Amino acid sequence: MAELEQRGDRTPIPSAWEYATAPESREIVKLQERYGIFVGGEFVEPRSGEYYETLDPASEEPLAEIPQAGPEDVALAVESARGAFENGWSAARPAERAKYLFRIARILQERSREFAVLESLNGGKPIRESRDVDLPLAAAHFFYYAGWADKLEYAFPHRRPQPLGVAGQIIPWNFPLLMLAWKIAPALAGGNTVVLKPAETTPLSALLFCDVLRQAELPAGVVNIVTGDGATGAAIVKSDVDKIAFTGSTEVGKAIQRELAGTGKKLTLELGGKAANIIFDDAALDQAVEGIVNGIYFNQGHVCCAGSRLLVQESIYEPLIDKLKRRLTTLRVGDPLDKNTDVGAINSRQQLEKIEELVAAGKEEGAEIYQPPCRLPEKGYWFAPTVFTNVAQSYRIAQEEIFGPVLSVLTFRTPDEAVEKANNTPYGLSAGVWTEKGSRILWMAERLQAGVIWANTYNRFDPASPFGGYKESGFGREGGLHGLEPYLDFGGAEVSGG
Amino acid sequence: MAQAPALPTGFELPLEPRLPRIGSIDQVAVEARAADLSRRSIKREAKLFALDLAVRMMDLTTLEGSDTPGKVAALASKAVRPDPSDASVPSVAAVCVYPNLVQTARERVAGSGVKVASVATAFPSGQSPTDLKVAEARRVVELGADEVDMVIDRGAFLAGRYAKVYDEIVQVKEAVGDKHLKVILETGELGTYDNVRRASLLAIAAGADFIKTSTGKLSVSATMPVTLVMLEAIRDVFEETGRRVGMKPAGGIRNAKQAVQTLVLVHETLGLDWLTPDLFRFGASSLLNDVLMQIRKEKTGRYQSPDYFTID
Repeated sequence: MAELEQRGDRTPIPSAWEYATAPESREIVKLQERYGIFVGGEFVEPRSGEYYETLDPASEEPLAEIPQAGPEDVALAVESARGAFENGWSAARPAERAKYLFRIARILQERSREFAVLESLNGGKPIRESRDVDLPLAAAHFFYYAGWADKLEYAFPHRRPQPLGVAGQIIPWNFPLLMLAWKIAPALAGGNTVVLKPAETTPLSALLFCDVLRQAELPAGVVNIVTGDGATGAAIVKSDVDKIAFTGSTEVGKAIQRELAGTGKKLTLELGGKAANIIFDDAALDQAVEGIVNGIYFNQGHVCCAGSRLLVQESIYEPLIDKLKRRLTTLRVGDPLDKNTDVGAINSRQQLEKIEELVAAGKEEGAEIYQPPCRLPEKGYWFAPTVFTNVAQSYRIAQEEIFGPVLSVLTFRTPDEAVEKANNTPYGLSAGVWTEKGSRILWMAERLQAGVIWANTYNRFDPASPFGGYKESGFGREGGLHGLEPYLDFGGAEVSGG
Repeated sequence: MAQAPALPTGFELPLEPRLPRIGSIDQVAVEARAADLSRRSIKREAKLFALDLAVRMMDLTTLEGSDTPGKVAALASKAVRPDPSDASVPSVAAVCVYPNLVQTARERVAGSGVKVASVATAFPSGQSPTDLKVAEARRVVELGADEVDMVIDRGAFLAGRYAKVYDEIVQVKEAVGDKHLKVILETGELGTYDNVRRASLLAIAAGADFIKTSTGKLSVSATMPVTLVMLEAIRDVFEETGRRVGMKPAGGIRNAKQAVQTLVLVHETLGLDWLTPDLFRFGASSLLNDVLMQIRKEKTGRYQSPDYFTID
């Protein structure tokens, strides 16, 4: 029990209230020592014969050995997907496809605790987020697209929607299962088959998902999962697929687009971002502070649409920054599996080094750094929540995507200036607007070049709402009806991609 | 009736140092934040600490037309010694009663450190002439109340007559002198979080020592978001002026879990300084027994039958 501290003649006040640890049990997750790649409905040993270790980024403890799939393995997976496409799946009654998607959604809900724990274990994100955000949204995506599977003719009237064939899908490590759901659900609803590669550092939830597919009795070969690093991804891009869907860095996205030029393969890219979160002086300040925190510290800032550039109207700069700094002192950084943790571990050493490099650049360029006092664990990859003030538009921390819990604060004077600064970036994925004035929200939304604009909230997702970018943030949309289009062929009637 | 001071619309109050801007509250976001904080997992020693604190912060309340000296005497005894079988359980902060029962309560708690609070100012509606309300407040102090819980005139507030509301609080504060004044906003009647914030700042500006959510006479009272909005108003005042105003959620907090969640809200909004009965109280009639039951469970590892806890 905390000691009491006497101050003057008042009743003593406690000197601390430490919340006891409240860890979610790991027991529910059964890990194998070594996994295979999932091809044709079975786990098989990779022909490459190569494996690598996947870690718990919070402790650097090795969790399992994962295949490093080579070009031969990818070719096998694509062949399996092609076979499944031609021998039944594309011609299956649409209601039949819906049935499997509904099953997958329900099984994900039933096994959500197991998946949530695994997601936090392998990815470092707080259990609070994997439990309350990743899992419910992943299941919701399958439910949503299950509903469209037998209604495509109504979704796209007079356009004769047909499946494309085999989709090659490459996903990132920030929301491993959720990104898998975003990719697989619309592909299957449209009658396609899939070869998916989870990120190198976070393959475990995708491998557990194979178990869900078997439980749902999805026909063999409809979904194939190959694991490995960027070389495996490159092999998928070069393979005999009909479409590539990629979520990841802009650099890799550009390389994929160059590779696919002239091949006739369809492509959607969801790439980086450097979103402006814009706070007007009439905003509800305490709630705006919550929005800023949720915008940049949610999932340790490993979010492509993170509100990493805070644009504050100068007249409220001081009270807002004071409130923000105070709020940061209450963020609980630590064990991802503790139910009270707000900010978990950085996903990998590589990512931590990148964050450290950019933060050092920010300091060198002259920005002022603030980090709340917090004890970071000794093992594992950690970075304290960080705010940079006195940031100029020209600094690297205002231009480059950091993909970590680092916020750069800039100011503006008028709505015009806010728009100008917000759009002054090669990216265009998302933006946030905080004001009590409804007309100003609409005015801003018309002018901001961003695929997603949140008003008086941030980082909210819904399967019915399309998500995607402008400019170097990519093209094509995921979610909603828009998210079905890239997985359908409309018999020559050209459909705009993004 | 005294003349209300002239306040411009939106009451930019002529006080030095200036109070924070009234601003606005986003309903969706404030409810989301309150829900988030309610999901904190408070276990073992951290829970026991909170439960012990909740007892020390409790204003054990009975405000019924049927209250008698016998009923109040029993309640006051329980306030002094909530759990006769466990001497380590502290006394509550105060008993809260109607004016007619102040003397009875006072006799029973004498020498124990437990305070006597009385409601006043035409509780619960506040729909009486100002002079009567002021007189009532003065009278309950004469009767021996240590703390006075007044209600604001919601009729005036909702009609936009903020100056009247403000002036009444000023006058009551004058009438109670150095006794603790808690100002009840009756948030369930205010309709919006914007109004809750506005009323909080108005009451604080007028001299409230505590702001309190509710009379306990409505079905909607101390919800988590309302409590959060009021705590944030208190925080803004503290940051602007250095003045520490207390908070009392009342009504609707019926079990230990809600009490612990509320304390988490205080802890993460205002910090440790407010985790004291000087600055935070729970107004409750049925909360105490559940807290006692949970304390016993934390200490012994077993739940006991409600029959082991006295009903007063």
